[in-house]
Amino acid sequence: MSELIFEKSRGGRRAFAQAPVEAGSLSIPEQFLRDDQPRLPEASELQTVRHYTRLSQKNFSIDTQFYPLGSCTMKYNPRACNALALLPEFAGRHPLGPVTHGQGFLTCMYELQEMLKDVTGMKGVSLTPMAGAQGELAGVAMIKAYHDARGDTERDEIIVPDAAHGTNPATATMCGCTVKEIPTGPDGDVDMDALKAVLGPKTAGIMLTNPSTLGVFERHITVIAEMVHDAGGLLYYDGANLNAILGKVRPGDMDFDVIHMNLHKTFSTPHGGGGPGSGAVGVNQRLLPFMPIPVVTQREKDGETFFDWAAEDDIPQSIGRLSGFMGNSGVLLRAYVYMRMLGRDGMERVAEFATLNANYLMVRLRDAGFELAFPERRASHEFIITLKHEAKDYSLTAMDVAKALLDKNYHAPTTYFPLLVPECLLIEPTETESKETLDNFVAAMIDIVRAAKEDGVQYKDAPYKMPVRRLDDVKAARELNLRYDPE
Amino acid sequence: MPFIPHTEKDTREMLAAIGAKSTEDLFDEIPAELRIDHLHEVPEALSEMEISRLMRDRAAMDGSPLCFIGAGAYEHHIPTAVWDIATRGEYYSAYTPYQAEASQGTLQTIYEYQTMITELTGLDVSNASLYDGASGLAEAALMAVRANRRVKSGLVLLAPGVNPVYEHVAEAIAGSQGLTFEWLPVDATTGNVAFEQLPEGRNPVAVVMQQPTFPGTLEDVDRLTDWAHAEGAFAVGIANPITLALLKAPGNWGELGVDIACGEGQPLGVPLSSGGPYFGYMTCKQKHVRQMPGRIVGRTVDLDGNPGFTLTLQAREQHIRRSKATSNICTNQGLMVTAATIYMSLLGAEGIAQVGRKSHENTTRLVDGLCAIDGIERLYEGPYFHEVALRFDRPVAPVLDTLAAKNILGGFDLSDSAGTDALLVCATETKTDADIDACIAAFAEAMG
Repeated sequence: MSELIFEKSRGGRRAFAQAPVEAGSLSIPEQFLRDDQPRLPEASELQTVRHYTRLSQKNFSIDTQFYPLGSCTMKYNPRACNALALLPEFAGRHPLGPVTHGQGFLTCMYELQEMLKDVTGMKGVSLTPMAGAQGELAGVAMIKAYHDARGDTERDEIIVPDAAHGTNPATATMCGCTVKEIPTGPDGDVDMDALKAVLGPKTAGIMLTNPSTLGVFERHITVIAEMVHDAGGLLYYDGANLNAILGKVRPGDMDFDVIHMNLHKTFSTPHGGGGPGSGAVGVNQRLLPFMPIPVVTQREKDGETFFDWAAEDDIPQSIGRLSGFMGNSGVLLRAYVYMRMLGRDGMERVAEFATLNANYLMVRLRDAGFELAFPERRASHEFIITLKHEAKDYSLTAMDVAKALLDKNYHAPTTYFPLLVPECLLIEPTETESKETLDNFVAAMIDIVRAAKEDGVQYKDAPYKMPVRRLDDVKAARELNLRYDPE
Repeated sequence: MPFIPHTEKDTREMLAAIGAKSTEDLFDEIPAELRIDHLHEVPEALSEMEISRLMRDRAAMDGSPLCFIGAGAYEHHIPTAVWDIATRGEYYSAYTPYQAEASQGTLQTIYEYQTMITELTGLDVSNASLYDGASGLAEAALMAVRANRRVKSGLVLLAPGVNPVYEHVAEAIAGSQGLTFEWLPVDATTGNVAFEQLPEGRNPVAVVMQQPTFPGTLEDVDRLTDWAHAEGAFAVGIANPITLALLKAPGNWGELGVDIACGEGQPLGVPLSSGGPYFGYMTCKQKHVRQMPGRIVGRTVDLDGNPGFTLTLQAREQHIRRSKATSNICTNQGLMVTAATIYMSLLGAEGIAQVGRKSHENTTRLVDGLCAIDGIERLYEGPYFHEVALRFDRPVAPVLDTLAAKNILGGFDLSDSAGTDALLVCATETKTDADIDACIAAFAEAMG
């Protein structure tokens, strides 16, 4: 651990350039004032810069390592997207500023809505949800609102496959729904009999990720859509894996009623050490009246068109507002720049090369002796290997391989998710990685297993080369230490 | 093909290894009738040079007006170092620190953030942040329902000073889980809660108050906190963190302090950027930590006994608990929290206090100047921090339009929520005397 910034602190030291030189009197009665000073760091500008620069260097990141974290689409985040979103006029624009001083920004947002409609095949897009999970909340809330508006108030069951992200069932609960979990068949597709059994007059909808979190395309999607719709339910598309099908097939054409997109995945906005995300939602015709507000619309005044917010007055049946203003606007600008740089053809190439990289890596690992969870299936943009035999025969678990990879300077794939595949690694290389990187990763994987098999190497204590060794999670949870206390 | 490194030779070799003829083969499990040939609305690609030109032109359309709007988002000077460091690739392009050993930078930064924000708010523990201030209130209300178990009403009472948009958002997010939100009565003179009209015996699960209030006044939060506790409710405090180097910390409001504090973190080094990305902070008393939503970072030791950091209390979260999680939240606003941590480190308590004092002084200059104009007066009496509501003798919108034409954004039109022609103005430390005087002169002319 590096010394904390608080431990570097010295009374009276400051970054003097950073506060107003003169600050006058305060005419506020004493009852409102605090009588102590918060113990924030007292450090020079250089100390602060050096401290956080050094801390940053303890991270793995896309810019420094291959980061094949399945389901997270850790692709290159183009520098231009960041720089252009932070142009002074954009960065400095107040969210409540008049639209006369926001036509540049609003034009980008309107065009972003239009492009997202095109790539998803939906009729309307609202950019306001601030993360994937909030997009999910918006989606399920719209499904509920749709049924309620029709007087169909008994529908409160949301069907979720067992392979789904944890956010799916958590979201359904937050929307006041009951979760009906259905199993996956041995080939990775939804178990159709199980689906049939749970459909009924209480079905509000189903939440599906396609390609699924198992890294395969749900082949029965057309039949599923028909069955759910016939039962009176709606279909929700979790866009976590949209990268795999960009420009190839669209959720709207699969007959989904509502979707969310993870712009921080598919459209390459930064993951930022865990956010900000951005979870724009798309809807078909029947859910248009329920979209979260505000959305950007085009209006005419005195023969001139301009862009404006559509809010309560325009969309009176909306599920409402999900953020203080209009969502993670700066993230949306980054996504806009990215999409314009890719263009129509570039977008189709994303899916092609993400899929090419995944299938290549899958085949190489299979040929090296790794067991695939779904060997008969084509990989989408990601795939799963299971280490259940290695765990049994050599005590080499998915966790061990993950930690051993860190020592070889690779970020670990997603481990132990989806929950239904034992000792699994979910691997997503993304389209921005080169063949050499993939080949080297395969060599590293082979080496880790070979050392365990032939030399009896154990990785229980790995990693060795990171800033810290394996951490005691049990102690962290039992003896909570969530802040520095100088006493 | 932007950002795709494959040479033709690479592609050929990779397809051969897979046993596929073309990349098209890789999509053969998708039913043919669902496939599309092309996208239609997405334009042709632009090079970095071309998109840079386009974005600069668009940015120029928006300009850089002189802005006196606050209303929940505040313009403050952001030290250059803040975003220089926060956008280093190692912070910018990392993800949630699931692999703690390879994420000590992000984890220690969040631990330091948690320390700083608990210091400012005077409470014991913090999470790693929420999406923004408004959604933070929804999460705080839901948390109060979980933690204040004796109360089953689901009723959340809001002081009139709570940002009205926060109520809309809380309703949209938490409304379908049996929560109801109701406003407490307002005293028309002060704009604050009308203590003599407070309802009794409503059995609220939480009482929410905001300091400074949305219209800029200072509420008697000590008394309101005590009232909440006397009613058996949790006290939830919303505070602008930039004020907390000077104003009383929510953890010290009333006899016992609030149970949960939350609010908009944007003033701490995050650009206005048309409303986001910002971050919501949330802190609470130690005993409620297991009901807190979102990521939490804890300090522990590694195999060698050396200190290190890791995500903790994950059993609360959706990826473990699924439908029984405390919230569906997955990400926090990591990048914004990184920026805020650097900001707080650079300014320190004294720097943030100076920002507050200067903003207060500037707002006083602005308000005094505006109130000298015929037809403008204070809407509420009493002290303020850096934002003030003004009553106008005429509709505000046309006046604001006149100013906007001169590149001055004169404030936030408060008429809807105030029920009378009113404007909310704010002058932070970023404004010079000349800026403020120009604004006053523009109002004088528009009102003339």
